[in-house]
Amino acid sequence: MIVEAGAFALILALALSIAQVALSVAGRMRKSAPLAGAGEGAALGAFLTVAIAFAALMHAFIVSDFSVANVAMNSHTEKPLLYRVAGTWGSHEGSMLLWCLALTGFGAAFAVFGRSLPRGLRAMSVATQGLLGTVFLAYTVFASNPLMRVLHPPVEGRSLNPLLQDPALAVHPPFLYSGYVGMSVVFSLAVAALIEGRIDAAWSRWVRPWALAAWSLLTVGITLGAFWAYYELGWGGWWFWDPVENASFMPWLIATALLHSAVVTEKRGALSGWTVFLALASFTFSMLGAFLVRSGVLTSVHAFAVDPTRGVLLLIILGITSGLGFTLFAWRAPTLAEGGLFAPISRESALVLNNILLAAATAAVLFGTLYPLIREAMGATISVGPGYFNVIFVPLMAALFILLPAGPLLAWKRGDARGVIQRLWLAVLVAAGAAVAALALVSPRHALGALGVGLGGWLVAGAIVEIAERTRAFRVPAAETWRRLTGLPRGAWGMTLAHLGLGVFVMGAVFETGWKVEAAEALQIGGSLDIGAYHVRLDAVRPVNGPNYDADQATLTVTKAGQPICTSTPERRLYTTGGQTTSEVGLCYRGPSHIYLVLGDRRDAGTTPAWLVRAYWNPWASLIFLGPVIMGLGGLISLSDRRLRLGVGRRKEQPA
Amino acid sequence: MSWLPKSRKARTRLLLLAVIAPVVAVAVGLALWGMRDSISFFYTPSQAAQAKPAPGQAIQLGGLVTVGSVVKHPDGLVEFSVQDRISADKVVFQGDLPDLFREGQGIVAEGSYRADGVFEAKRVLAKHDEKYMPKEVADALKKQGEWRGDGAPPPAYGPPKAAGGPT
Repeated sequence: MIVEAGAFALILALALSIAQVALSVAGRMRKSAPLAGAGEGAALGAFLTVAIAFAALMHAFIVSDFSVANVAMNSHTEKPLLYRVAGTWGSHEGSMLLWCLALTGFGAAFAVFGRSLPRGLRAMSVATQGLLGTVFLAYTVFASNPLMRVLHPPVEGRSLNPLLQDPALAVHPPFLYSGYVGMSVVFSLAVAALIEGRIDAAWSRWVRPWALAAWSLLTVGITLGAFWAYYELGWGGWWFWDPVENASFMPWLIATALLHSAVVTEKRGALSGWTVFLALASFTFSMLGAFLVRSGVLTSVHAFAVDPTRGVLLLIILGITSGLGFTLFAWRAPTLAEGGLFAPISRESALVLNNILLAAATAAVLFGTLYPLIREAMGATISVGPGYFNVIFVPLMAALFILLPAGPLLAWKRGDARGVIQRLWLAVLVAAGAAVAALALVSPRHALGALGVGLGGWLVAGAIVEIAERTRAFRVPAAETWRRLTGLPRGAWGMTLAHLGLGVFVMGAVFETGWKVEAAEALQIGGSLDIGAYHVRLDAVRPVNGPNYDADQATLTVTKAGQPICTSTPERRLYTTGGQTTSEVGLCYRGPSHIYLVLGDRRDAGTTPAWLVRAYWNPWASLIFLGPVIMGLGGLISLSDRRLRLGVGRRKEQPA
Repeated sequence: MSWLPKSRKARTRLLLLAVIAPVVAVAVGLALWGMRDSISFFYTPSQAAQAKPAPGQAIQLGGLVTVGSVVKHPDGLVEFSVQDRISADKVVFQGDLPDLFREGQGIVAEGSYRADGVFEAKRVLAKHDEKYMPKEVADALKKQGEWRGDGAPPPAYGPPKAAGGPT
């Protein structure tokens, strides 16, 4: 009964989304506040009904109702509760329902928090959001309904892929999808602004919080995914330039560019056309990501729950929605007023350069990701290796990072290059010191790695110099500095934290990539292998029974110069349903560095039992995941800025 | 500088172009350069026999792991053969196999042929998901008429008609 109620609620949500479009458009045409208000009410209703459908599906998963096809295919009674809940979005159908939930959720949030916007812009945004909701809900209801019953329910389900049964991955899709779909609000605002023909400082001020929220969620979502790949796949790596990873990374790059260009539009009224273009592109890349991940057109190590036939439908949706958006852009963009002039050396120029580099990087990633498809159309099956992405992405980002600390110190309109360099000399010193120290102290010697560490130090020091400049630290009394420090707007803190987090990430990524050590050997009980300065001994392997798996659990002792460091218990699990094996990595934390231990297959030497043991020394690997978390935190802090909460529209509308 | 346009707007545009052009040029150059070394072709054993990739050239070899062919040595070396309907190739691999590696399962091996026709794999990939095959393998098998749909058991055929590498 609950399932039927959910299925009904889903259809109701589709009807409400259609009503949302019709009412909002009618409200705009007749300039009728009640009609537009009803449109917003429909947006809230659509969210509520999708939430009911989602709750119904989750309930079916929790109680293991195998009469629902989706549950039967993806759940199992022996699965722990967390993974039964996570199973809700573990399948194609379920994940599309999650997408719709986020889409209508953002629509409802916009209806609630967008009150300060001018009426016309608000109504058209709600209408566009409703249109997106209609398209995706129609897809869910007609082509991928998760709440379908089966005629003959099986006694037991087919279970969720064991690799997905992991706490980080259980929460990864909700973050990632909220981030993807958060861009829909930005898209809707852009479309509405193009229709209204009004793109100005106020508009980009309204866009910023939504872009910021989506960007923060996406940052956290991607990091969770990378962390999952790091410790669940057991390959010792965290980023493989896999199509699915790229699919989530491209919207992130575009959203980053958007956040920066929106600042220029907000503060100086310039680049408005470009900002709108990025706003349209960010959600287009989100949809492209959903298409690439869900259709399985590209071979990926991370692709789950793919369905090529319905992928075509997603491609059609992508083509229609973003095609309409960009057509509107081509038609209306020339009418946009060009604002603010600026000198070649100015904050505006720095942000333009940031956008050029980010856009070039996105284009490069897009080309590398889609190139196999192009070649496949020409008849050859190929794959593009990580080498391509590293060769092009790393230099572009290095150029961006070298310029980054100077950006926030430059003045608007006309900057003073010499003054900026004078203020950054301390950061230059720190960066050079970090690079020299890395070159001299870390063995083996690695010049490029040392340069990378210097770059990371440059970013971190640059962020600190920026805060010191804002508070005039060491030039005014400490009390004055403190007063300035506490008086800084949260937006400024957010930016500094995001840049600082980037520096932390760069240091971790460079250190890990440049100096990681790996060793693999078949070990008998009592056998050992060396990894860098550490000595790993296999003490025992014993069988362990989990809730829905049987495992071999190894006990590995790590010592350094005879001193015990830690004991780790990596596992090799066999999931009884489906007969799939997964490895559970053992991690030993040494400060920010990890000793990463994997128990491989059994490789008996004659009659003596032996196991393949792989060990990695991943120096500073924690920073790789800590950095983006700091960036996401910066985004959230910036989001809580007073300026963004109040908005300027309300003040403008009051006198009328 | 008289050749500069008079209006400030046009000057800004010119400047912007002057900045974008080198970035685009460098990016395109790097992309082409990176592509040259990073592209690897995918073959099944019989396709490789036809295309004859040079020994040492990085390619991807895909197919089904021949049932009964896997030999795991205690020093970490694994030998197995990968086959399609027509031929099979011997593969050697040093290291840990992916969790989903099984006999009769579709896999993709990245590496190159040695001069003696044995394929030396640097990495062996199997899908995360036991319900699906690597896409290239599935496509290649479809072309050979061996496809039975997603989730169907992999074809368990006997020794291929013409065993041996692309010699």
